[in-house]
Amino acid sequence: MSNTSALVIFVAAVFTNNILLSNFLGMCSFLACSRQIETAAGLGAAVTFVLTATTALNWAIYHGVLVAGAPLCGADLTHLQFIVFIAVIAAFVQFVEMFIERFSPRLYLSLGIFLPLITVNCAILGASLFMVIRGYSFAQSVGFGFGAGVGWALAILLMAGLQKKMGYANVPGPFRGVGIAMIVTGVLAMAFMGFAGMVSIQ
Amino acid sequence: MLLYVWSILVFGGLLAALAALLVVAERRLVHYGTCTISINAGERVLEVEGGQTLLQTLYDGEIFIPSACGGKGTCGYCKLRVVSGGGPVLPTELPYLARQEMRRGVRLACQLKVREDMELEIPEDLLNVQLYSAVVEHVRDLTHDTKEIRLRLVEPDAIEHRPGQYVQIQAPSPEGPVWRAYSISSPVQEPHAVELVVRLVPGGIASTYLHRLEAGDAVTFTGPFGEFRLSDDPETEIVCVAGGCGMAPVKNIVETLHDRWPDRACWLFFGCRTTADSFYLDRFETLAREHPNLRVVYALSEPGPEDADWRGETGFIHLSVDKMLAPGVRRQAFLCGPPVMIEAVKRVLADKGVAEEAVFFDDFGTADASGRTAW
Repeated sequence: MSNTSALVIFVAAVFTNNILLSNFLGMCSFLACSRQIETAAGLGAAVTFVLTATTALNWAIYHGVLVAGAPLCGADLTHLQFIVFIAVIAAFVQFVEMFIERFSPRLYLSLGIFLPLITVNCAILGASLFMVIRGYSFAQSVGFGFGAGVGWALAILLMAGLQKKMGYANVPGPFRGVGIAMIVTGVLAMAFMGFAGMVSIQ
Repeated sequence: MLLYVWSILVFGGLLAALAALLVVAERRLVHYGTCTISINAGERVLEVEGGQTLLQTLYDGEIFIPSACGGKGTCGYCKLRVVSGGGPVLPTELPYLARQEMRRGVRLACQLKVREDMELEIPEDLLNVQLYSAVVEHVRDLTHDTKEIRLRLVEPDAIEHRPGQYVQIQAPSPEGPVWRAYSISSPVQEPHAVELVVRLVPGGIASTYLHRLEAGDAVTFTGPFGEFRLSDDPETEIVCVAGGCGMAPVKNIVETLHDRWPDRACWLFFGCRTTADSFYLDRFETLAREHPNLRVVYALSEPGPEDADWRGETGFIHLSVDKMLAPGVRRQAFLCGPPVMIEAVKRVLADKGVAEEAVFFDDFGTADASGRTAW
């Protein structure tokens, strides 16, 4: 278990270890929903919220049930982590969808249609798995989940801004659409590598 | 060994806990109390439990709004006007609503959830739609891929429809029942039966189901739907143009017409590829001998070597329409077939001086310009 503080992990997850730009997780919704800044901001907020909450939930379930010698079940059930994490994420997203549909129809209209997309977003599952691999404590996990979400939101917002600017650019025919989006993502990722020396978590 | 037991127990337990949580949440959260739905300014009032989609709620209240996709928001048939209490238009509805429709409050019933009291406007026709149960009377091969299926109504035992209207057949699918539109091909003077002409679409859910039916099987459908309105003026000449299984509504129109007005002038154009694809020719030729004002024109678009002794027309059907019809006669036209055919025939009819509002068409429900949902 690492001794890095949760705050450092948070900063690292936003910049140096950005889940999208350094691990390339969550690319599908990143490419599909980065046309408009409002959409990107909505999806970014939804991902941040779900990431933070599901890493915390999954940490509790992993350390409370799955790991060998856990308080609720002694056997080593870590091989179940993938399927359990996915189930928890799906159920949580369903719950959130119901919750905001009931209490904030306005938020539901702007955010609700993205929630089902998030269930199958690999960044969410990825964050839970990193938390296990890196042996984070609860505080570290929450810091990491929140940071990964903010980092993802930052990346998609940057992309949406660039896509908007790209409307005025004369992109060569064969690169239009997803092609140029992939190239821009690559350049962004390289730019983020500039942060690499700042803090490091592994 | 014990590990497997533990795995199954833990995973099963977790899933059960999550499911229980969701069920409780649904009970607590998705609960809108009783809502009042008032239809056509209070003509019919439904007291319903909120939370369901409007389409489902109306189905439960025995108001059958047409829907071909089963509420997935992909066909756009279930449009109706919401006067009050619908909330803003949802992103999932946008692709199916024109700006003008949005301004008038037209919505997709399958996407909209009932959360509050609502006022709706539904066309009078749709309020007469009923749910029918029927049994298959006979199934007959018309061509290698098209069958005639005759249903005898059980409950209710009679249907009142206008010629050219359609019913929605319920077909089972792995994801629950789906509803598909089929035109009624039997004339209105046979109220106890509904006859269909069904072409087998490879991979099609409903056509596969219908082609597997045998005499005595039970079938459920709703109906009648459709905007076709035959003119009551016996001086108006009727022009019917059908391609392939677009024959069904046209057969209904022709047979109804000559039962009511034996001498009324009527043209029947039917286009298909080869003689192997044509059907009902003998039937219409017999009818034409009894009613000299009925003229039947069959045209083959791709006659092959086996059609060497074909004496009728060849080429696309709109060319025959262009050749046969004299301009400047008061006419009403009914077109059923693929969109390309409809477009071509519409242009020919416009040249012949047929007014746009006298042309009814059904392009098999191809997305935007369907004659079925003409509002």
